[in-house]
Amino acid sequence: MSYQNAFNPVLDRRSIIAGVAGLGAAGILAGCSGAGASGDSGAAAFKIGSMGPLTGPAASYGTSVTGGAELGCKDFSTDELPLVFKAEDDVADGEKAVNAFNSLADWGMQALVGPTTTGCSLAVAQEAESAHLFMITPSATAPDVTDGKTVVFRACYNDPAIGVHSAEWLAKNFPDEKIATFHNAGDTYSAGVHDAFLQKSEELKLDIVDKETFKDDSATSFTNQLTKAKSAGATLIFAPIYYTPASVMLTNAHDMGYDVKVMGCDGMDGILGVEGFDAALAEGLYLMTPFSADDPKNASFVSAYKEAYGELPDQFAADAYDSVHAIALALAEAGLSPDADPAEVADALPEAMTKVKVEGLTGTLTWNDRGEVEKETTVYVIQDGKYVLA
Amino acid sequence: MAVMKFLRDKRTRRDLLTYALVIAVFAVVYVMQANHMIPRMIAGQLVPICAYVVMALSLNLVVGVAGDLSLGHAGFMSVGAYTGIVAAMGLSEVIPDDGLRLIVAMAVGAASAALAGFLVGIPVLRLSGDYLAIVTLAFGEIIKEIVTCLIVGVDERGLHVLFNLTGSLSVSDLNLAEGGIAIIKGAQGASGVSVISTFAAGFLLVMVTLVVVLNLVRSRTGRAIMAVRDNRIAAESVGISTTRYRMIAFVVSAALAGAAGALFGNGFSQLSATKFDFNTSILILVFVVLGGLGNMRGSMVAAIALTILPEALRQFSDYRMLVYAVVLILVMIISNNDTLKSAAHRVASRFASRRKEVGADA
Repeated sequence: MSYQNAFNPVLDRRSIIAGVAGLGAAGILAGCSGAGASGDSGAAAFKIGSMGPLTGPAASYGTSVTGGAELGCKDFSTDELPLVFKAEDDVADGEKAVNAFNSLADWGMQALVGPTTTGCSLAVAQEAESAHLFMITPSATAPDVTDGKTVVFRACYNDPAIGVHSAEWLAKNFPDEKIATFHNAGDTYSAGVHDAFLQKSEELKLDIVDKETFKDDSATSFTNQLTKAKSAGATLIFAPIYYTPASVMLTNAHDMGYDVKVMGCDGMDGILGVEGFDAALAEGLYLMTPFSADDPKNASFVSAYKEAYGELPDQFAADAYDSVHAIALALAEAGLSPDADPAEVADALPEAMTKVKVEGLTGTLTWNDRGEVEKETTVYVIQDGKYVLA
Repeated sequence: MAVMKFLRDKRTRRDLLTYALVIAVFAVVYVMQANHMIPRMIAGQLVPICAYVVMALSLNLVVGVAGDLSLGHAGFMSVGAYTGIVAAMGLSEVIPDDGLRLIVAMAVGAASAALAGFLVGIPVLRLSGDYLAIVTLAFGEIIKEIVTCLIVGVDERGLHVLFNLTGSLSVSDLNLAEGGIAIIKGAQGASGVSVISTFAAGFLLVMVTLVVVLNLVRSRTGRAIMAVRDNRIAAESVGISTTRYRMIAFVVSAALAGAAGALFGNGFSQLSATKFDFNTSILILVFVVLGGLGNMRGSMVAAIALTILPEALRQFSDYRMLVYAVVLILVMIISNNDTLKSAAHRVASRFASRRKEVGADA
């Protein structure tokens, strides 16, 4: 019963020590801001910041985005327009993301390529809008991120667009399949794509026989849901989920001998690299994703990325790379110098962005004045461990 | 002389010093902020810090003063945050003034969290032992799941609430009229919240919390609560209703956590339900334990230091959380080290005796 000591005078000394610890923290803090300031000196370079979860369960997305953006800053840096790069960890948490944004703003960031996850992007987009600092998210798909904001752009499709394009593609290529949907009810991306898919498939008269859901806490086995989908006679599962639960789903389906076509979206890109997952089970999987590392036209990016980070790049890295590409083109279009004020950049870039055309890794990208990207949709099927255009 | 008589009480002096310290810190930070002397990174954390300070103080009331272990304090924060956000967004037409709306939102958050605390407390506070810890842990998780299922919107016809248990409903099922806005969108949490929380409001909430907690602790009720903590059987034998007094501490604590939640929620434009998970509850418990059980000043210092620390350690990049953990362990060890404690005591008593001499001279 340690609480019995409460209000014992002994505890007062504890508060003194806690205060000392606080002073120590303040000291570290002072050191931190000092270090940040010293980095500012030297030749003027355009400062691009990026953020994502670099630690924790979603770290693979964050490292992809920051890796792709860093590579982009290296490749698109020119003598007239040198780019410098800094990444911060946001642990996929809105509060931490705002802190990371403020920390980057203290560094002198002029444009942000990020955040990676939707929740963080929603929180940071508001901050960016009120701070008037240009941001382009390579991977946050919720419509609200760009909605009603002037300086916030997006380099990937939003949730409704993914759902709508998936439904259209299925209606064109598999009009007679009995479809079961499977989504993560606790995840914004998954639920957003699913809602739009359902709406569009109703319009296109797709045969939806079953709707199954799961939550992050129960993402260890999907045998129940798959059994229900099987007994409903589903021959195709549309699963707008991330690759980790997708690997569980494919393993479960294989174990129960359920032979079913599976279609996923860009979140499933990366499934071949899941640890402990037999990649052979992903054979025949359909993926609507804008980027393939197996495409010969992306070979130089893929080898550069591999050399720098020792991994195959996924679409998150490619979208981030394209985002930096777009910023570099838009800066040239607007005629901004590297030492432009962040507010100046935010004034000029949104208009310049609508004028540029990026021949990027994820297709030909153009932007409308709402900050949404236009690019072609591609669906790949996995054959012999490679992405093949379906 | 009669006016100053109450100052002779050591505890009153200590409480007044606590108020003075908080006001001084606020004044310094406020002036610095007005002169743009603090980096954005710290300035952006002022509101969350105030919220965490209130959370730590209110949890200290349950854990330190009442001696009950609560592991679901973030659940009350969540209740307060979401009801506070709905209140603030729903009343934006009725109360155009941001400050006033925030106060209303905090009051709504406090009231609903108090209600939740009361409901949880009815069955649980009649039990003894660690049952409260287990049930509050479950409560936190349940609240998280409930908010994930909630879809709430507002239009000119009023508030629309959907409970999306199957995961098949979406915002469009609210059938909002033209110009209506969705406030809580299921898994996405609340988004598009207009940020109305300010540092000044956070400071006010901290002061209110301090006044409530310190006065409660020093009152007859507070003495009864501590009597129940120290010896339940003895307290019962002198006619103290153990359930009643533990309930008072628990509900007051829940209400304050709710107000903190409303402050926190209205400080960000997006808030997902998973923010208030078990880890957040534990983080707040760490503030309390590190600051000292029953020690309000210590809780505040711990909450401030441990909120800033992970951000200040950003320069260590990948080793950030490692360094954070090491610092935490070191503080725990040092604060429990007898040699250091007696050294600090000697220093303190030397100061005290010197002050006494000065007093005698004067």
